[in-house]
Amino acid sequence: MTSAITDPTPPAAAKAVHAPVPDPAEVSAAPGETAAAAIISLRDVSFYYGTFRAVKGITFDVPIHRITSIIGPSGCGKSTLLRSINRMNDLISGTRVEGQILYHDEDLYASYVDPVEVRRRIGMVFQKPNPFPKSIYDNVAFGPRLNGFKGDLDALVEGSLRRAAIWDEVKDKLKQSGLSLSGGQQQRLCIARAIATDPDVILMDEPCSALDPRATLQIEQLMAEIKERYTIVIVTHNMQQAARASDRTVFLNMADDRAGYVVEQGDTVQIFTDPKQQLTEDYVSGRFG
Amino acid sequence: MSAPSIVVAPPRSVRRQGIDVAGLVFAGALLLALLFSLAVLAVLVGSQLSKGLPVFVDRGVDFLTSDLSSNPAKAGVAQGLIGTAMLVVIVAICAFPIGIMTAIYLEEYSANNRFARLIDINIRNLAGVPSVVYGILGLTVFVGLLAGLGDGNGKTVISGGLTLAVLILPLVIITSAEAIRAVPSALREAGFGLGASRWQVVRQLILPAAAPGILTGTVLALSRAIGETAPLILIGAVLGSFSTAGQLGDLVTGPYTALPAIIYDWAKRPQQEFQALTSAAIIVLLAVTIIANAAAVLLRNRYSRQW
Repeated sequence: MTSAITDPTPPAAAKAVHAPVPDPAEVSAAPGETAAAAIISLRDVSFYYGTFRAVKGITFDVPIHRITSIIGPSGCGKSTLLRSINRMNDLISGTRVEGQILYHDEDLYASYVDPVEVRRRIGMVFQKPNPFPKSIYDNVAFGPRLNGFKGDLDALVEGSLRRAAIWDEVKDKLKQSGLSLSGGQQQRLCIARAIATDPDVILMDEPCSALDPRATLQIEQLMAEIKERYTIVIVTHNMQQAARASDRTVFLNMADDRAGYVVEQGDTVQIFTDPKQQLTEDYVSGRFG
Repeated sequence: MSAPSIVVAPPRSVRRQGIDVAGLVFAGALLLALLFSLAVLAVLVGSQLSKGLPVFVDRGVDFLTSDLSSNPAKAGVAQGLIGTAMLVVIVAICAFPIGIMTAIYLEEYSANNRFARLIDINIRNLAGVPSVVYGILGLTVFVGLLAGLGDGNGKTVISGGLTLAVLILPLVIITSAEAIRAVPSALREAGFGLGASRWQVVRQLILPAAAPGILTGTVLALSRAIGETAPLILIGAVLGSFSTAGQLGDLVTGPYTALPAIIYDWAKRPQQEFQALTSAAIIVLLAVTIIANAAAVLLRNRYSRQW
């Protein structure tokens, strides 16, 4: 299977519009951590629900094989932004993206891009664990089967469950319903399901908000383990989680017109210990939001 | 600094303060409503059983296997059973695929705009149109189209079945659409998030999840078709005796009747014997409906246990 999401002859113009917008992150970042190349770059992205602008002027890079967290107060458009990266918002009628979201320097919203292929490269884990009402095995095998997987499905399912750190708990009950598991197990099953399609990027939309602290810790450890293979973008309401689990942090706030914008971004350590903006300091120290 | 003085509230009793009259009245009213509908049903079934059961006791299966006759001692509902069964098959073949596909389109494919809402409202209105109106529709459309079949007047079991199919189509669409709408959107999102196409999400996630609801709705609609009388009388279901002793093809192109039409015909007759036969036919019709519903429940349970 080809790894390019385009048809063989993409319009040349669509690739040429990679505008070299100066990235404030690169200015404020500590050396070393941001040396990784960007797998996804957002360039002046605005997102509209009908006439309502949910986020505006968003520009940041997602470094490859790193965990990037998006934090910010409720309603600032974190989830909306995340879901526009794998074009999940296409499913809501009346929505529109301005600016560019580049994946390996290709505009994900170019007319020749197939959103279904985008979602196969950029997987997603949702806020509420949402296993299919199928067996644990069929949950994990769902994505590969969609792609017409021809290899050893058993091995792929086992490997995905192992990488999601849930194999030992479910290996004896692969035929049981995915819904019979506990909340934390269900979420790890959902991560295994996302891993099984072999994406490059995994988006996580508050993956621990429905979980207890122990299950949350398991997910965070899991994220640290799988970032060698995948790039993770996580939206979280939990600042401790962003501080513990992520390498890069993007802090969004809501402007007066209720549109979210980037206040500050940088390495997580810098954002939490040495924020450049007063607003960031107030937020990460818990004084608002 | 002195510790703040603690005000100790006097203990409040948890003893019952009196009788909750409004609550009891409401619960009683609910129970009365339930008993009322149960009583109506019990009277109906009881009176029909008491009048109709002697027929089964006297004649046994003979009542089910005999043809229509003007002699009450020999009259049976065999032709009605065959006619109703054929109608059910035609209705199921025509109404279910079209209705379910329409529901899928409305829920999963069409844009949620004013036009879609207009269609939705119209379908709901169609479900409330009296059945005799559908009978007239069937008379003008299907009977006209199928006039070339059989003895040439077009009033065959096919035009009757097509008319009933159109009659229950709105019900099938509405119940199927509601079953599809009840599928949690998390399931759709999970599927799309894994890179499933719309067709794959519908086929592999939404339809299996909605199947029990769709099945229940369609069989309820089918029960309604089984009981409909007015359109069938317009579309030429035979009232009175006729012979089906001809060729097998005559079943399709020849005269036909159905259980509700037989009940309607016998109930009008002056002879006392036919009143008992009417009750017996009603029992047969109720049994057919119950069997159809039971089959739906069994199918649904089997389907939802599949994984």
